[in-house]
Amino acid sequence: MIRSELIQKLADENPHLYQRDVERIVNTIFEEITDAMSRGDRVELRGFGAFSVKKRDARTGRNPRTGEAVEVEEKHVPFFKTGKLLRDRLNGK
Amino acid sequence: MSDKTLTRMDLSEAVFREVGLSRNESSELVERVLALMSDSLVDGEQVKISSFGTFSVRAKAARVGRNPKTGEEVPIEPRRVLTFRPSHLMKERVAAGNRR
Repeated sequence: MIRSELIQKLADENPHLYQRDVERIVNTIFEEITDAMSRGDRVELRGFGAFSVKKRDARTGRNPRTGEAVEVEEKHVPFFKTGKLLRDRLNGK
Repeated sequence: MSDKTLTRMDLSEAVFREVGLSRNESSELVERVLALMSDSLVDGEQVKISSFGTFSVRAKAARVGRNPKTGEEVPIEPRRVLTFRPSHLMKERVAAGNRR
């Protein structure tokens, strides 16, 4: 399922809403999650999962082609942990 | 970093603010979005949200695990796990926003 299909399904369930509003609803949800993580916040959606930010320490990396050492700066990466309910549902529980 | 935790309530508040539906309907719609995504994943489908990321279901084979405390061998059943791969845009925004 891609973003537009998700929008379509939600629109089909809500015939009283304008298509453009359904688009804004879906876009707002994902935008809000990304914004939160860019501020370093967590987003916890019980039953679905939690989005958080993990810190990766600075390290000396290597250019795999030349073997040359490169300094990699400390950085923050997005992380998702599946919620218990969804994990159980994936396994037919 | 502000280290806050957002919940469904914050997402429905954003929908309420941006779209102007009632608070009640906004929260129901957030719930439906999560449910539609979950259902699709449970069906084994990938959920691909452009400029956000991709959720995919992977099948893991059975293996023998070990209780780290007792050293005892325990069978781990085959199972399905969900992985999330953030888009480039999300990675960039999260890295940029948290840079000191």
